[in-house]
Amino acid sequence: MEIYILLGFVLILSIYLGLELISKVPSTLHTPLMSGANAISGIALVGALVLGSDTQLQQALAFLAVMFASINVFGGYLVTNRMLKMFKKK
Amino acid sequence: MSFFENISSIQNIIYIFSSILFISGIKMLGKEDTAVRGNFLSALAMFIAVSVTFINVINPILVLVGIGIGAIIGSLIALKVKMTSIPEMVALFNGFGGLATFFIAWSEFNSIPSNNFQYILVMITTYIGGVTFSGSVIAYGKLSETLKVEKTSIITKLFTTFFYISIIYLLYSIFITKIFSPGFDFYTILLILTLLGGVGFVIPIGGGDMPVVISLLNSFSGIAAAFAGLLLLNNVLIVAGSLVGASGLILTIIMAKAMNRSIGNILFVGYVSSASPSKSEETGEVKPINVSDAYLILENASSVLVIPGYGMAVAQAQHVVRELGELLEANGTEVRYGIHPVAGRMPGHMNVLLAEANVPYDVLVEPEDVNPSMDTVDVAVVIGANDVVNPSATEEPGSPIYGMPIIEVHNARTVFVLKRSMSSGFAGVQNPLFFKENTRMLFGDAKESIGGLVTEFKE
Repeated sequence: MEIYILLGFVLILSIYLGLELISKVPSTLHTPLMSGANAISGIALVGALVLGSDTQLQQALAFLAVMFASINVFGGYLVTNRMLKMFKKK
Repeated sequence: MSFFENISSIQNIIYIFSSILFISGIKMLGKEDTAVRGNFLSALAMFIAVSVTFINVINPILVLVGIGIGAIIGSLIALKVKMTSIPEMVALFNGFGGLATFFIAWSEFNSIPSNNFQYILVMITTYIGGVTFSGSVIAYGKLSETLKVEKTSIITKLFTTFFYISIIYLLYSIFITKIFSPGFDFYTILLILTLLGGVGFVIPIGGGDMPVVISLLNSFSGIAAAFAGLLLLNNVLIVAGSLVGASGLILTIIMAKAMNRSIGNILFVGYVSSASPSKSEETGEVKPINVSDAYLILENASSVLVIPGYGMAVAQAQHVVRELGELLEANGTEVRYGIHPVAGRMPGHMNVLLAEANVPYDVLVEPEDVNPSMDTVDVAVVIGANDVVNPSATEEPGSPIYGMPIIEVHNARTVFVLKRSMSSGFAGVQNPLFFKENTRMLFGDAKESIGGLVTEFKE
Protein backbone atom coordinates (compact mmCIF):
# COMPACT_ATOMS: atom_id res chain seq x y z
CA MET A 1 0.00 0.00 0.00
CA GLU A 2 2.93 2.30 0.81
CA ILE A 3 4.02 2.29 -2.83
CA TYR A 4 0.58 3.47 -4.01
CA ILE A 5 0.67 6.43 -1.67
CA LEU A 6 4.08 7.41 -3.06
CA LEU A 7 2.93 6.99 -6.64
CA GLY A 8 -0.29 8.88 -5.90
CA PHE A 9 1.91 11.70 -4.67
CA VAL A 10 3.79 11.69 -7.99
CA LEU A 11 0.45 11.71 -9.83
CA ILE A 12 -0.93 14.74 -8.02
CA LEU A 13 2.32 16.73 -8.29
CA SER A 14 2.62 15.98 -12.01
CA ILE A 15 -0.92 17.16 -12.70
CA TYR A 16 -0.25 20.41 -10.83
CA LEU A 17 3.01 20.85 -12.70
CA GLY A 18 1.22 20.30 -16.00
CA LEU A 19 -1.49 22.83 -15.15
CA GLU A 20 1.16 25.42 -14.23
CA LEU A 21 3.29 24.80 -17.32
CA ILE A 22 0.53 25.00 -19.88
CA SER A 23 -1.85 27.58 -18.44
CA LYS A 24 -0.71 30.43 -20.73
CA VAL A 25 -0.42 28.89 -24.15
CA PRO A 26 -1.07 31.26 -27.10
CA SER A 27 -4.05 30.15 -29.18
CA THR A 28 -1.81 29.73 -32.23
CA LEU A 29 -0.35 26.68 -30.53
CA HIS A 30 -3.57 25.06 -29.33
CA THR A 31 -3.69 22.45 -32.09
CA PRO A 32 0.04 21.55 -32.01
CA LEU A 33 -0.07 21.38 -28.21
CA MET A 34 -3.02 19.02 -28.36
CA SER A 35 -1.46 16.77 -30.95
CA GLY A 36 1.94 16.89 -29.19
CA ALA A 37 0.31 15.98 -25.88
CA ASN A 38 -1.57 13.27 -27.73
CA ALA A 39 1.76 11.80 -28.86
CA ILE A 40 2.99 11.83 -25.25
CA SER A 41 -0.07 9.80 -24.17
CA GLY A 42 1.46 7.10 -26.37
CA ILE A 43 3.72 6.52 -23.33
CA ALA A 44 1.29 3.64 -22.81
CA LEU A 45 3.76 1.89 -25.11
CA VAL A 46 6.14 1.58 -22.14
CA GLY A 47 3.35 -0.07 -20.18
CA ALA A 48 2.53 -2.37 -23.07
CA LEU A 49 6.14 -3.61 -23.17
CA VAL A 50 6.08 -4.98 -19.62
CA LEU A 51 2.78 -6.90 -19.81
CA GLY A 52 2.70 -10.55 -18.84
CA SER A 53 2.42 -13.18 -21.55
CA ASP A 54 1.33 -16.34 -19.75
CA THR A 55 -1.75 -17.01 -21.83
CA GLN A 56 -2.53 -16.57 -25.51
CA LEU A 57 -5.06 -13.89 -24.67
CA GLN A 58 -2.40 -11.91 -22.83
CA GLN A 59 0.04 -12.27 -25.70
CA ALA A 60 -2.56 -10.98 -28.12
CA LEU A 61 -3.48 -8.07 -25.83
CA ALA A 62 0.17 -7.11 -25.37
CA PHE A 63 0.80 -7.20 -29.11
CA LEU A 64 -2.27 -5.07 -29.87
CA ALA A 65 -1.40 -2.60 -27.10
CA VAL A 66 2.13 -2.21 -28.51
CA MET A 67 0.82 -1.70 -32.03
CA PHE A 68 -1.86 0.87 -31.22
CA ALA A 69 0.38 2.81 -28.85
CA SER A 70 3.04 2.90 -31.59
CA ILE A 71 0.57 4.37 -34.10
CA ASN A 72 -0.19 7.03 -31.49
CA VAL A 73 3.50 7.78 -30.82
CA PHE A 74 4.82 7.89 -34.38
CA GLY A 75 1.76 9.54 -35.91
CA GLY A 76 1.44 12.08 -33.11
CA TYR A 77 5.04 13.30 -33.16
CA LEU A 78 5.29 13.41 -36.94
CA VAL A 79 2.09 15.35 -37.49
CA THR A 80 2.96 17.81 -34.70
CA ASN A 81 6.34 18.42 -36.28
CA ARG A 82 4.72 18.87 -39.69
CA MET A 83 2.29 21.42 -38.28
CA LEU A 84 4.88 23.39 -36.30
CA LYS A 85 7.13 23.70 -39.35
CA MET A 86 4.32 25.61 -41.07
CA PHE A 87 4.12 28.35 -38.44
CA LYS A 88 6.14 31.34 -39.62
CA LYS A 89 6.73 34.83 -38.33
CA LYS A 90 6.50 37.78 -40.64
CA MET B 1 2.46 -7.49 -10.91
CA SER B 2 5.93 -8.52 -10.00
CA PHE B 3 7.45 -6.27 -12.61
CA PHE B 4 8.43 -3.69 -10.08
CA GLU B 5 11.10 -5.99 -8.71
CA ASN B 6 12.46 -6.54 -12.21
CA ILE B 7 12.87 -2.91 -13.02
CA SER B 8 16.35 -2.24 -11.87
CA SER B 9 17.42 0.94 -10.16
CA ILE B 10 19.26 2.08 -13.27
CA GLN B 11 16.06 1.86 -15.27
CA ASN B 12 14.26 3.96 -12.71
CA ILE B 13 16.98 6.61 -12.80
CA ILE B 14 16.70 6.76 -16.57
CA TYR B 15 12.91 7.07 -16.21
CA ILE B 16 13.48 10.15 -14.06
CA PHE B 17 15.73 11.62 -16.74
CA SER B 18 13.09 10.85 -19.34
CA SER B 19 10.40 12.51 -17.18
CA ILE B 20 12.51 15.68 -16.99
CA LEU B 21 12.75 15.70 -20.79
CA PHE B 22 8.96 15.26 -21.08
CA ILE B 23 8.39 18.17 -18.71
CA SER B 24 10.83 20.49 -20.52
CA GLY B 25 9.41 19.34 -23.84
CA ILE B 26 5.82 20.18 -23.04
CA LYS B 27 6.89 23.50 -21.54
CA MET B 28 8.73 24.46 -24.72
CA LEU B 29 5.78 23.27 -26.81
CA GLY B 30 3.79 26.14 -25.28
CA LYS B 31 5.93 28.91 -26.84
CA GLU B 32 6.13 29.72 -30.54
CA ASP B 33 9.91 30.05 -30.72
CA THR B 34 10.72 26.81 -28.94
CA ALA B 35 7.79 24.61 -29.98
CA VAL B 36 9.65 22.56 -32.60
CA ARG B 37 12.48 21.81 -30.17
CA GLY B 38 9.96 21.01 -27.43
CA ASN B 39 8.29 18.43 -29.61
CA PHE B 40 11.67 16.93 -30.42
CA LEU B 41 12.64 16.76 -26.74
CA SER B 42 9.44 14.95 -25.88
CA ALA B 43 10.02 12.50 -28.75
CA LEU B 44 13.54 11.93 -27.41
CA ALA B 45 12.11 11.31 -23.95
CA MET B 46 9.75 8.74 -25.45
CA PHE B 47 12.59 7.03 -27.29
CA ILE B 48 14.72 6.81 -24.14
CA ALA B 49 11.85 5.50 -21.99
CA VAL B 50 10.91 2.86 -24.56
CA SER B 51 14.52 1.78 -25.18
CA VAL B 52 15.30 1.31 -21.51
CA THR B 53 12.11 -0.74 -21.03
CA PHE B 54 12.95 -2.88 -24.01
CA ILE B 55 15.60 -4.69 -21.95
CA ASN B 56 12.84 -6.48 -20.03
CA VAL B 57 10.86 -7.57 -23.05
CA ILE B 58 10.26 -11.33 -23.06
CA ASN B 59 9.53 -11.68 -26.77
CA PRO B 60 11.54 -8.93 -28.55
CA ILE B 61 10.78 -9.99 -32.11
CA LEU B 62 7.03 -9.92 -31.63
CA VAL B 63 7.30 -6.51 -29.96
CA LEU B 64 9.46 -5.13 -32.78
CA VAL B 65 6.91 -6.36 -35.31
CA GLY B 66 4.15 -4.58 -33.35
CA ILE B 67 6.14 -1.35 -33.13
CA GLY B 68 7.06 -1.63 -36.82
CA ILE B 69 3.45 -2.02 -37.95
CA GLY B 70 2.37 0.84 -35.71
CA ALA B 71 5.21 3.05 -36.95
CA ILE B 72 4.32 2.46 -40.59
CA ILE B 73 0.58 3.06 -40.11
CA GLY B 74 1.11 6.11 -37.88
CA SER B 75 3.72 7.72 -40.13
CA LEU B 76 1.67 7.17 -43.26
CA ILE B 77 -1.40 8.79 -41.72
CA ALA B 78 0.64 11.69 -40.30
CA LEU B 79 2.43 12.49 -43.55
CA LYS B 80 -0.54 12.05 -45.86
CA VAL B 81 -3.25 13.82 -43.88
CA LYS B 82 -4.60 17.12 -45.23
CA MET B 83 -4.48 20.06 -42.84
CA THR B 84 -8.25 20.44 -43.02
CA SER B 85 -8.59 16.89 -41.67
CA ILE B 86 -6.35 17.45 -38.62
CA PRO B 87 -9.22 17.44 -36.08
CA GLU B 88 -10.49 13.99 -36.99
CA MET B 89 -6.95 12.63 -37.22
CA VAL B 90 -6.07 13.86 -33.72
CA ALA B 91 -9.31 12.24 -32.50
CA LEU B 92 -8.31 8.95 -34.12
CA PHE B 93 -4.75 8.89 -32.67
CA ASN B 94 -6.20 9.80 -29.32
CA GLY B 95 -8.52 6.81 -29.57
CA PHE B 96 -5.59 4.49 -30.32
CA GLY B 97 -3.79 5.66 -27.19
CA GLY B 98 -6.93 4.95 -25.17
CA LEU B 99 -7.27 1.53 -26.78
CA ALA B 100 -3.69 0.65 -25.80
CA THR B 101 -4.41 1.41 -22.11
CA PHE B 102 -7.69 -0.51 -22.39
CA PHE B 103 -5.72 -3.58 -23.53
CA ILE B 104 -3.10 -3.03 -20.79
CA ALA B 105 -5.81 -3.04 -18.11
CA TRP B 106 -7.47 -6.09 -19.65
CA SER B 107 -4.19 -7.99 -19.67
CA GLU B 108 -3.48 -6.98 -16.06
CA PHE B 109 -6.90 -8.30 -15.05
CA ASN B 110 -5.77 -11.68 -16.34
CA SER B 111 -2.55 -11.48 -14.31
CA ILE B 112 -4.75 -12.04 -11.26
CA PRO B 113 -4.40 -8.77 -9.32
CA SER B 114 -3.12 -9.55 -5.85
CA ASN B 115 -5.17 -7.12 -3.81
CA ASN B 116 -8.39 -5.13 -3.81
CA PHE B 117 -6.69 -1.89 -4.68
CA GLN B 118 -5.23 -3.40 -7.84
CA TYR B 119 -8.68 -4.64 -8.79
CA ILE B 120 -10.04 -1.13 -8.44
CA LEU B 121 -7.20 0.28 -10.54
CA VAL B 122 -7.85 -2.32 -13.23
CA MET B 123 -11.54 -1.37 -13.33
CA ILE B 124 -10.86 2.37 -13.54
CA THR B 125 -8.08 2.06 -16.12
CA THR B 126 -10.28 -0.21 -18.24
CA TYR B 127 -13.09 2.29 -18.06
CA ILE B 128 -11.14 5.46 -18.88
CA GLY B 129 -9.16 3.75 -21.65
CA GLY B 130 -12.28 2.20 -23.19
CA VAL B 131 -14.34 5.38 -23.05
CA THR B 132 -11.45 7.33 -24.60
CA PHE B 133 -11.29 4.80 -27.43
CA SER B 134 -14.94 4.47 -28.38
CA GLY B 135 -15.64 8.15 -27.66
CA SER B 136 -12.77 9.18 -29.94
CA VAL B 137 -13.99 6.90 -32.71
CA ILE B 138 -17.41 8.60 -32.56
CA ALA B 139 -15.70 12.02 -32.49
CA TYR B 140 -13.72 10.92 -35.55
CA GLY B 141 -16.95 9.95 -37.30
CA LYS B 142 -18.59 13.25 -36.46
CA LEU B 143 -15.58 15.38 -37.43
CA SER B 144 -15.05 13.62 -40.74
CA GLU B 145 -18.83 13.86 -41.29
CA THR B 146 -19.13 10.14 -42.03
CA LEU B 147 -21.38 9.74 -39.01
CA LYS B 148 -24.55 11.74 -38.83
CA VAL B 149 -26.91 11.08 -35.95
CA GLU B 150 -29.69 13.39 -34.85
CA LYS B 151 -29.49 14.46 -31.22
CA THR B 152 -33.14 13.54 -30.68
CA SER B 153 -33.02 10.17 -32.48
CA ILE B 154 -33.72 6.88 -30.71
CA ILE B 155 -30.13 5.66 -31.29
CA THR B 156 -28.72 8.67 -29.45
CA LYS B 157 -31.07 8.08 -26.52
CA LEU B 158 -30.24 4.37 -26.42
CA PHE B 159 -26.49 4.98 -26.28
CA THR B 160 -26.83 7.81 -23.78
CA THR B 161 -28.64 5.31 -21.56
CA PHE B 162 -25.74 2.89 -22.01
CA PHE B 163 -23.40 5.65 -20.85
CA TYR B 164 -25.26 6.06 -17.57
CA ILE B 165 -25.57 2.29 -17.07
CA SER B 166 -21.82 1.93 -17.65
CA ILE B 167 -21.02 4.49 -14.94
CA ILE B 168 -23.29 2.73 -12.45
CA TYR B 169 -21.75 -0.61 -13.38
CA LEU B 170 -18.24 0.79 -12.89
CA LEU B 171 -19.12 2.04 -9.41
CA TYR B 172 -20.72 -1.31 -8.64
CA SER B 173 -17.64 -3.16 -9.85
CA ILE B 174 -15.39 -0.99 -7.71
CA PHE B 175 -17.34 -1.61 -4.52
CA ILE B 176 -18.20 -5.23 -5.12
CA THR B 177 -14.53 -6.20 -5.18
CA LYS B 178 -14.41 -5.60 -1.46
CA ILE B 179 -16.99 -8.32 -0.92
CA PHE B 180 -15.98 -11.10 -3.28
CA SER B 181 -13.68 -11.61 -6.23
CA PRO B 182 -15.47 -10.98 -9.48
CA GLY B 183 -15.52 -13.81 -11.99
CA PHE B 184 -14.51 -13.53 -15.59
CA ASP B 185 -17.99 -12.80 -16.92
CA PHE B 186 -18.32 -9.95 -14.53
CA TYR B 187 -15.33 -8.26 -16.14
CA THR B 188 -16.44 -9.04 -19.70
CA ILE B 189 -19.65 -7.14 -19.05
CA LEU B 190 -17.58 -4.16 -17.90
CA LEU B 191 -15.52 -4.32 -21.12
CA ILE B 192 -18.62 -4.24 -23.30
CA LEU B 193 -20.45 -1.60 -21.28
CA THR B 194 -17.36 0.61 -21.28
CA LEU B 195 -17.15 0.63 -25.06
CA LEU B 196 -20.90 1.28 -25.44
CA GLY B 197 -20.69 3.96 -22.77
CA GLY B 198 -17.96 5.84 -24.65
CA VAL B 199 -20.18 5.93 -27.71
CA GLY B 200 -23.03 7.26 -25.60
CA PHE B 201 -20.80 9.89 -24.05
CA VAL B 202 -19.92 11.58 -27.35
CA ILE B 203 -22.88 10.78 -29.60
CA PRO B 204 -25.28 13.50 -28.31
CA ILE B 205 -22.68 16.30 -28.62
CA GLY B 206 -23.08 18.54 -31.65
CA GLY B 207 -20.47 19.60 -34.22
CA GLY B 208 -19.98 23.10 -32.85
CA ASP B 209 -19.14 21.74 -29.40
CA MET B 210 -16.47 19.42 -30.80
CA PRO B 211 -13.51 21.62 -29.69
CA VAL B 212 -14.51 20.91 -26.08
CA VAL B 213 -15.07 17.17 -26.55
CA ILE B 214 -11.83 16.61 -28.41
CA SER B 215 -9.88 18.47 -25.68
CA LEU B 216 -11.59 16.44 -22.99
CA LEU B 217 -10.87 13.12 -24.74
CA ASN B 218 -7.26 14.26 -25.06
CA SER B 219 -7.19 14.77 -21.32
CA PHE B 220 -8.78 11.33 -20.73
CA SER B 221 -6.14 9.55 -22.80
CA GLY B 222 -3.45 11.06 -20.54
CA ILE B 223 -5.30 10.18 -17.35
CA ALA B 224 -5.78 6.62 -18.63
CA ALA B 225 -2.02 6.33 -19.18
CA ALA B 226 -1.35 7.73 -15.69
CA PHE B 227 -3.69 5.14 -14.14
CA ALA B 228 -1.98 2.40 -16.14
CA GLY B 229 1.23 3.71 -14.56
CA LEU B 230 -0.25 3.27 -11.09
CA LEU B 231 -1.33 -0.23 -12.05
CA LEU B 232 2.11 -1.19 -13.38
CA LEU B 233 3.95 0.80 -10.70
CA ASN B 234 5.71 2.80 -13.40
CA ASN B 235 6.76 6.40 -12.71
CA VAL B 236 7.29 7.63 -16.24
CA LEU B 237 3.77 6.57 -17.25
CA ILE B 238 2.37 8.52 -14.33
CA VAL B 239 4.35 11.70 -15.05
CA ALA B 240 3.82 11.73 -18.82
CA GLY B 241 0.16 10.73 -18.51
CA SER B 242 -0.53 13.44 -15.93
CA LEU B 243 1.04 16.12 -18.13
CA VAL B 244 -1.27 15.14 -20.99
CA GLY B 245 -4.25 15.03 -18.64
CA ALA B 246 -3.45 18.54 -17.42
CA SER B 247 -2.90 20.01 -20.88
CA GLY B 248 -6.17 18.53 -22.16
CA LEU B 249 -7.98 19.89 -19.12
CA ILE B 250 -6.62 23.41 -19.69
CA LEU B 251 -7.70 23.40 -23.32
CA THR B 252 -11.14 22.13 -22.27
CA ILE B 253 -11.51 25.03 -19.84
CA ILE B 254 -10.30 27.61 -22.40
CA MET B 255 -12.83 26.32 -24.93
CA ALA B 256 -15.71 26.30 -22.46
CA LYS B 257 -14.87 29.86 -21.39
CA ALA B 258 -14.78 30.99 -25.02
CA MET B 259 -18.38 29.78 -25.30
CA ASN B 260 -19.38 31.20 -21.91
CA ARG B 261 -20.79 27.82 -20.92
CA SER B 262 -19.94 25.31 -18.26
CA ILE B 263 -18.36 22.01 -19.26
CA GLY B 264 -21.40 20.19 -17.83
CA ASN B 265 -23.76 22.24 -19.97
CA ILE B 266 -21.78 21.44 -23.13
CA LEU B 267 -21.56 17.71 -22.41
CA PHE B 268 -25.00 16.97 -21.07
CA VAL B 269 -27.38 19.75 -22.10
CA GLY B 270 -26.30 21.29 -25.40
CA TYR B 271 -28.27 24.00 -27.13
CA VAL B 272 -31.41 21.89 -27.38
CA SER B 273 -33.23 23.46 -24.45
CA SER B 274 -32.99 26.92 -25.95
CA ALA B 275 -34.41 26.16 -29.37
CA SER B 276 -36.77 29.10 -29.71
CA PRO B 277 -35.43 30.93 -32.75
CA SER B 278 -38.79 32.56 -33.49
CA LYS B 279 -38.22 35.13 -30.75
CA SER B 280 -35.10 36.62 -32.23
CA GLU B 281 -36.65 36.85 -35.70
CA GLU B 282 -35.10 40.00 -37.07
CA THR B 283 -37.10 42.41 -39.16
CA GLY B 284 -35.42 44.16 -42.02
CA GLU B 285 -33.74 43.14 -45.20
CA VAL B 286 -30.31 41.86 -45.92
CA LYS B 287 -28.27 43.89 -48.35
CA PRO B 288 -26.49 41.72 -50.88
CA ILE B 289 -23.37 42.89 -52.66
CA ASN B 290 -21.56 41.56 -55.71
CA VAL B 291 -17.86 40.89 -56.16
CA SER B 292 -17.01 44.02 -58.17
CA ASP B 293 -18.69 46.37 -55.64
CA ALA B 294 -16.94 44.56 -52.80
CA TYR B 295 -13.66 45.04 -54.64
CA LEU B 296 -14.20 48.81 -54.87
CA ILE B 297 -14.76 49.09 -51.13
CA LEU B 298 -11.77 46.87 -50.29
CA GLU B 299 -9.51 48.82 -52.65
CA ASN B 300 -10.16 52.01 -50.67
CA ALA B 301 -9.89 50.40 -47.24
CA SER B 302 -6.85 51.12 -45.09
CA SER B 303 -7.55 48.45 -42.48
CA VAL B 304 -9.10 45.04 -43.14
CA LEU B 305 -9.90 42.33 -40.58
CA VAL B 306 -10.59 38.79 -41.83
CA ILE B 307 -12.65 36.52 -39.55
CA PRO B 308 -12.45 32.90 -40.67
CA GLY B 309 -14.73 30.13 -39.43
CA TYR B 310 -15.48 26.49 -40.12
CA GLY B 311 -16.95 27.54 -43.48
CA MET B 312 -13.48 28.52 -44.66
CA ALA B 313 -12.22 25.03 -43.87
CA VAL B 314 -15.14 23.42 -45.67
CA ALA B 315 -14.63 25.58 -48.77
CA GLN B 316 -10.83 25.01 -48.59
CA ALA B 317 -10.54 28.77 -49.08
CA GLN B 318 -7.44 29.41 -46.91
CA HIS B 319 -5.05 29.72 -49.87
CA VAL B 320 -7.12 32.26 -51.81
CA VAL B 321 -7.69 34.14 -48.56
CA ARG B 322 -3.91 34.47 -48.13
CA GLU B 323 -3.58 35.57 -51.76
CA LEU B 324 -6.21 38.27 -51.25
CA GLY B 325 -4.44 39.35 -48.06
CA GLU B 326 -1.14 39.76 -49.93
CA LEU B 327 -2.77 41.77 -52.71
CA LEU B 328 -4.42 44.04 -50.15
CA GLU B 329 -1.10 44.58 -48.41
CA ALA B 330 0.55 45.39 -51.71
CA ASN B 331 -2.20 47.97 -52.08
CA GLY B 332 -1.18 49.58 -48.78
CA THR B 333 -3.93 48.07 -46.64
CA GLU B 334 -3.27 46.71 -43.17
CA VAL B 335 -4.57 43.12 -43.05
CA ARG B 336 -5.17 41.20 -39.83
CA TYR B 337 -7.00 37.98 -39.03
CA GLY B 338 -9.37 37.82 -36.08
CA ILE B 339 -9.35 34.30 -34.63
CA HIS B 340 -11.98 33.23 -32.13
CA PRO B 341 -10.81 30.38 -29.86
CA VAL B 342 -13.72 28.13 -30.84
CA ALA B 343 -13.77 28.91 -34.56
CA GLY B 344 -13.59 25.58 -36.37
CA ARG B 345 -13.79 22.09 -34.99
CA MET B 346 -10.82 21.94 -32.62
CA PRO B 347 -8.76 24.39 -30.53
CA GLY B 348 -6.52 26.41 -32.86
CA HIS B 349 -8.05 24.91 -36.03
CA MET B 350 -8.03 28.23 -37.93
CA ASN B 351 -4.44 29.00 -36.94
CA VAL B 352 -3.25 25.75 -38.47
CA LEU B 353 -5.17 26.29 -41.71
CA LEU B 354 -3.81 29.82 -42.12
CA ALA B 355 -0.29 28.64 -41.26
CA GLU B 356 -0.62 26.01 -43.97
CA ALA B 357 -1.49 28.81 -46.40
CA ASN B 358 1.66 30.69 -45.29
CA VAL B 359 -0.06 33.41 -43.29
CA PRO B 360 2.48 34.54 -40.64
CA TYR B 361 1.16 33.98 -37.12
CA ASP B 362 1.88 37.50 -35.88
CA VAL B 363 -0.95 39.01 -37.96
CA LEU B 364 -3.47 36.76 -36.20
CA VAL B 365 -5.27 38.57 -33.38
CA GLU B 366 -7.56 37.37 -30.59
CA PRO B 367 -10.99 38.91 -29.86
CA GLU B 368 -9.91 40.88 -26.78
CA ASP B 369 -7.03 42.48 -28.71
CA VAL B 370 -9.08 43.62 -31.65
CA ASN B 371 -12.49 44.50 -30.13
CA PRO B 372 -11.45 47.81 -28.47
CA SER B 373 -10.18 49.21 -31.77
CA MET B 374 -12.90 47.73 -33.96
CA ASP B 375 -14.23 51.17 -35.02
CA THR B 376 -10.95 51.85 -36.82
CA VAL B 377 -11.42 48.76 -39.02
CA ASP B 378 -12.71 49.77 -42.46
CA VAL B 379 -13.83 46.37 -43.64
CA ALA B 380 -14.38 43.20 -41.62
CA VAL B 381 -14.58 40.17 -43.90
CA VAL B 382 -16.43 37.26 -42.26
CA ILE B 383 -15.67 33.99 -44.06
CA GLY B 384 -17.86 31.09 -43.04
CA ALA B 385 -18.09 32.16 -39.40
CA ASN B 386 -21.44 32.79 -37.76
CA ASP B 387 -21.96 32.39 -34.04
CA VAL B 388 -18.55 33.87 -33.12
CA VAL B 389 -19.59 37.20 -34.69
CA ASN B 390 -23.24 37.17 -33.57
CA PRO B 391 -24.04 40.50 -31.83
CA SER B 392 -26.91 38.82 -29.89
CA ALA B 393 -24.18 37.62 -27.56
CA THR B 394 -23.70 41.20 -26.36
CA GLU B 395 -27.05 42.87 -27.13
CA GLU B 396 -29.83 40.36 -26.47
CA PRO B 397 -30.03 39.00 -22.91
CA GLY B 398 -32.64 36.38 -23.94
CA SER B 399 -30.41 34.79 -26.56
CA PRO B 400 -29.01 31.30 -25.91
CA ILE B 401 -25.52 32.57 -26.71
CA TYR B 402 -25.82 35.73 -24.60
CA GLY B 403 -22.58 36.38 -22.72
CA MET B 404 -20.34 34.46 -25.10
CA PRO B 405 -17.27 36.55 -25.98
CA ILE B 406 -17.45 37.40 -29.69
CA ILE B 407 -15.48 39.31 -32.28
CA GLU B 408 -17.54 42.52 -32.43
CA VAL B 409 -17.42 43.03 -36.19
CA HIS B 410 -20.71 44.95 -36.12
CA ASN B 411 -18.69 47.90 -34.78
CA ALA B 412 -16.50 47.97 -37.90
CA ARG B 413 -17.30 50.53 -40.59
CA THR B 414 -18.34 47.92 -43.13
CA VAL B 415 -18.88 44.20 -42.72
CA PHE B 416 -18.79 41.68 -45.56
CA VAL B 417 -20.36 38.36 -44.73
CA LEU B 418 -19.47 35.54 -47.12
CA LYS B 419 -22.11 32.90 -46.87
CA ARG B 420 -23.75 30.19 -48.92
CA SER B 421 -27.31 30.90 -47.83
CA MET B 422 -29.27 32.42 -44.97
CA SER B 423 -29.18 29.34 -42.71
CA SER B 424 -28.25 29.85 -39.06
CA GLY B 425 -25.14 28.57 -37.27
CA PHE B 426 -24.73 25.47 -35.13
CA ALA B 427 -26.49 27.15 -32.24
CA GLY B 428 -29.63 27.50 -34.35
CA VAL B 429 -29.71 31.20 -33.48
CA GLN B 430 -30.57 33.84 -36.04
CA ASN B 431 -27.76 36.31 -36.54
CA PRO B 432 -28.84 40.01 -36.37
CA LEU B 433 -25.47 40.95 -37.86
CA PHE B 434 -26.84 40.09 -41.31
CA PHE B 435 -29.52 42.78 -40.99
CA LYS B 436 -27.30 45.58 -39.70
CA GLU B 437 -27.01 48.85 -41.58
CA ASN B 438 -23.28 48.38 -42.27
CA THR B 439 -23.46 44.72 -43.33
CA ARG B 440 -23.25 43.53 -46.91
CA MET B 441 -23.90 39.90 -47.78
CA LEU B 442 -21.69 38.29 -50.41
CA PHE B 443 -23.59 35.10 -51.20
CA GLY B 444 -21.95 32.06 -52.80
CA ASP B 445 -19.05 29.67 -52.28
CA ALA B 446 -16.36 31.40 -50.18
CA LYS B 447 -13.53 30.14 -52.37
CA GLU B 448 -15.18 31.44 -55.56
CA SER B 449 -16.09 34.80 -54.04
CA ILE B 450 -12.58 35.42 -52.71
CA GLY B 451 -11.14 34.11 -55.96
CA GLY B 452 -13.30 36.67 -57.79
CA LEU B 453 -11.91 39.46 -55.60
CA VAL B 454 -8.36 38.27 -56.29
CA THR B 455 -9.00 38.41 -60.04
CA GLU B 456 -10.43 41.93 -59.74
CA PHE B 457 -7.32 43.06 -57.86
CA LYS B 458 -5.00 41.59 -60.45
CA GLU B 459 -6.70 43.41 -63.33
